[in-house]
Order: sequence, then C-alpha cells, then structure tokens
Amino acid sequence: MDLFLQQLVNGLSLGALYALIAVGYTVVYGIVQLINFAHGEIFMVGAFGAYTTWMLMGAPASLSVGIALGVVLPAMLLGGIVTSVTVALLMERLAYRPLRSAPRLAPLISAIGISIALQEAVRLFYGRIPGFPDSRRAIPFPVIEGITGRTVQFGGLTIQYSALFTLGALAVCTVLLWWFVNKTRMGRAMQATSQDADTSRLMGINVDRAIATAFAVGAALAAVAGLAHGLRYNNIDPLMGFLSGLKAFTAAVLGGIGNINGAVVGGLTLGVVEAMATTFIPGQFGSSAWKDVWAFVLLILVLVFRPQGLLGAKVVDRA
Amino acid sequence: MLEVKDLVVAYGRVQAVKGISFTVEQGQIVSLLGTNGAGKTTTLRTISGLLKPVSGEIWFEGERLDGVPAHQIVTRGIAHSPEGRRLFPRMSVEDNLLLGAFTRRDAAGVRQDLDRVYGLFTVLGERRNQAAGLFSGGEQQMLAIGRAMMSRPRLLMLDEPSMGLSPIMTQTIMRTIADLQAEGTTILLVEQNAQAALQLSDRGYVLEVGAITFSDTGAALLEDDRVKRTYLGVDL
Repeated sequence: MDLFLQQLVNGLSLGALYALIAVGYTVVYGIVQLINFAHGEIFMVGAFGAYTTWMLMGAPASLSVGIALGVVLPAMLLGGIVTSVTVALLMERLAYRPLRSAPRLAPLISAIGISIALQEAVRLFYGRIPGFPDSRRAIPFPVIEGITGRTVQFGGLTIQYSALFTLGALAVCTVLLWWFVNKTRMGRAMQATSQDADTSRLMGINVDRAIATAFAVGAALAAVAGLAHGLRYNNIDPLMGFLSGLKAFTAAVLGGIGNINGAVVGGLTLGVVEAMATTFIPGQFGSSAWKDVWAFVLLILVLVFRPQGLLGAKVVDRA
Repeated sequence: MLEVKDLVVAYGRVQAVKGISFTVEQGQIVSLLGTNGAGKTTTLRTISGLLKPVSGEIWFEGERLDGVPAHQIVTRGIAHSPEGRRLFPRMSVEDNLLLGAFTRRDAAGVRQDLDRVYGLFTVLGERRNQAAGLFSGGEQQMLAIGRAMMSRPRLLMLDEPSMGLSPIMTQTIMRTIADLQAEGTTILLVEQNAQAALQLSDRGYVLEVGAITFSDTGAALLEDDRVKRTYLGVDL
C-alpha cells in the first residue's frame, strides 16, 4: 500500500510536468486546429532560458535559501517564460501565420522543420557563447538551495521538493489559465475565435492577436515545465523536448485535444500510469525501459475506445 | 452614407462580383436581390473586410473602407449579421450578445442594449443562459440580429435574415427590421424573399451573376414585370 501511494505521488508529479506542456498543445489546437509539433522545443528553450538567466546573474551558488527562492528562482522562471514566449511568437508569425490558409499538411511540416531547427540551433550554438557550457552534452542544472535534493517525509512517503514545486506550479497555472480564458476580454476573444474565426472578426476581435496569445499562453506554461524539469532531473539538454513533447501530446489527446481540463487530467493520468507500470508490472515488461511503451499503449487504447479523449472534444470553451 | 464604386471581387480566377456600384443613404433600407450565386453575400463580406476586393472602392461616412482590417469595421459603425447566422454555438445567448458588443467599453450602455434585445425578443431573455446551439432556427436568427445590434451600428447589414423561417417568424423579423429603421438605423438587406424585402425597402438593386442589372425604389420594383417574373414567382 505504501508502495502504491509512493508511486501515486511520483506519478502525479511526473504527470504535472506532462500536463503543463500538454496545455500548450491543446490551447493552440483549440484555436487553429494545428498540432504544434515544435511545442516540445518551446519547453526545451524555456529550460535553457532559465539556465541562461542563471548564468547572466553570475551563476550564483551557495546562496541562502531566502535569496535562492526569493530572487534566483523567480528570475529564472521569468527568464524562461520570456524566452519561450518570444520564440513561440516568432514561430507563429514566421512559420504558421503565412500558412494559415494552406492545406493542413503544410503547417505540420513547417512545425517539424521548426522543431529540428530549434534543437540544432541550441545544440550547436549554445556552447559557442563565451563562458557557456557545451550543450552537445547534457548541462547540469543549477542547484537551487531549498529545493534541489531536498525531500519531505510524510506518513511513510518520501516526496521531493522538486515534485512539490511541479505540482504547485500546475495548480497555480491551472487557476490562472481558467481565470484568463473565462474572465478576461482576450480570453473571450480566444474562445470566440476557436468557435468561428470569421464571425469573430465581424465582432471586432483581432483574430491574429487571439491566436498569437494562445501560442504565448502555451509557451509560458511550457517554460514553467522547463524549469520544473531542470529541478527534477538536475540536467537539461537540447533534445529534452522530443520525448517530453511527445508524452505531453499523448496526454493532450488522452484528455481530449482542445480541452484544457482534459490536458491536465490526461497529463496526470499518463504520469500515474507510467509510475504504476514500472512498479506493478512484473518481469522485464515492468522495467523502466518499458514505461514509454505503456504510455503509448494507453494512447492507442484511448484512441480505439474513446477517440474524443477522456473529457470529450469540447474546444477551449471552459478552462 | 455607404457608397460602393465599381467593386470587383474574385475567388481565385472566378469573379463573383463584376464591377458593381450602389449607394445606401442615411436612414434607408436598401435591398440586394438576386438568385444564389449572384454575388450578394460576397458583396457584404467585402464591405465587412472579410474579403479583399480586386478593384473598386468602398466609402462609408466619407472614409475609405476597403483595405481596413475586418476587425476594425465594426468600430467604424457597421455590423454584419452573416448568412447562416453563424452564432457561437457553445456559448450562451448572453455571451453571444456580449461578443456583439466586444469593442464597446461602456458597460452601462451595453447592459441597456442587452435589455433592449431581450425586450424585443422575449424568448432570448427567458433562456439567456442556454447555449445558442440549442435554439430553433428562428430563435437563432433573432439572436444573430440581436448580436449585430449590440454594437449600436449606424449601418446594419443583414444577410438572409428570413432563411429557413416560417412565414410568421419571417413577419416578426421583418417588423423588427422596420422598427430598427424607425429608430434611425440604416439597413442593407440581402434577401431571397423579395416580396418581404421590397415591401420594406426604400431602394432595391437586382444582381445577376455578379452585376447589377437594374435598380429602383422598393415600391416600383414590386410592380416591375422582370422582378415579378423572376423573383416574386408571378406568372404574367
């Protein structure tokens, strides 16, 4: 039972990471019916943005917990968000907007191109910046005093602070996103655009801006996930967006693509399934090498038996 | 108030509107008549900025309108209730109406206009929290017109407001259009139901395959043999 609960906690924290990324897929799909396959790279760029911010602050080490959590971590978060949002907006403007009335295959191929370009740009050029580490290998993520390596014991369970950070970030982001989509003018503009873009224009909605905002919102959450990933795994690399992006896409489809709640539920479900599979499936099939297999088996099962996803196919209607 | 000059609009190589010119004077109801494919909807969508003209000019209240992005047209004082109603189906009646007032910042005035729409179409007020997609065709048409009214337009463009409606419902809609004119709104009307439209209209333009073939006052067109034969179904 303890093992079950422990794995539940591990799965939820892993799933929270997937969920933060999955929201970006679903928000963009909801508004332009495009699977943004470069979204995993937006997550990666966010992690590198956070790391770069730390470098620009002079790679501060051995700080007091107060300064680490009160200054360094927020600055890294902000740096990551600015980086991800900037890259996402450029990508939307340069790679997707010109293709908006093209056949649907065109933006998809464009997305794959952007994805490879971003991976390679970071891999080849990041280490060329004087004083920056070679990014052709994984880069150790900064130690944040008060989070890195710390755990809390709770009724026989061991919970890492980084897991609490991820779950907390997901909770805060979900509430903020709900408020944004349902309570702000721009949120209503996004909902309207997702239902009927031309008619939204007739209402006076700047549809281009609503779509760009959807990309920006997804990118901001991906950046939060990038930072959380660094804290959890203690290193980042230019290819980290590939598998995480694929998992998060799976989570978005699992929950029902286009549905924000679905992305959160799908992410958490996927994380828990992975954690449980590595623990309770006997023999080599339960080894960690197989956990990705179980994640995609789950996707296949959902696509066969409930193609609209766990929470149906409602588009960005209600967060 | 509205002046369209030599307007040409094309989908790819196919010209849907082939150089039409017409004017709408302040306070009038003007109808565009014609069969399917005559270019009526294309004309309205071009005035709204959803389509870019190949050539020609559109002027509204002394300002050039063609080239203005679609989302800025409504702030110029023009509202467009599109063909097929095009409601936001998963949003409530009230949210649809509020989107009609999206560009307005005067909350009190918006509230007032909401009440005016609910007063005009009581069924909408009674079911204001229900999703728009659940309503009947006639009720949806009321909502589409109400939504267009919510921007307090000086020119209201209605595309086929009676489409798919019962005769009684058509009468209600037409009466509403007359009421709106009485309140000072100028109306550009596209209708298949030529009889109903011409009875209200100060002026009518007849379109055939992208060109205006003739125009006259509404009353004169009702008596015109060509109109009677083609659009009123009168056997002469």
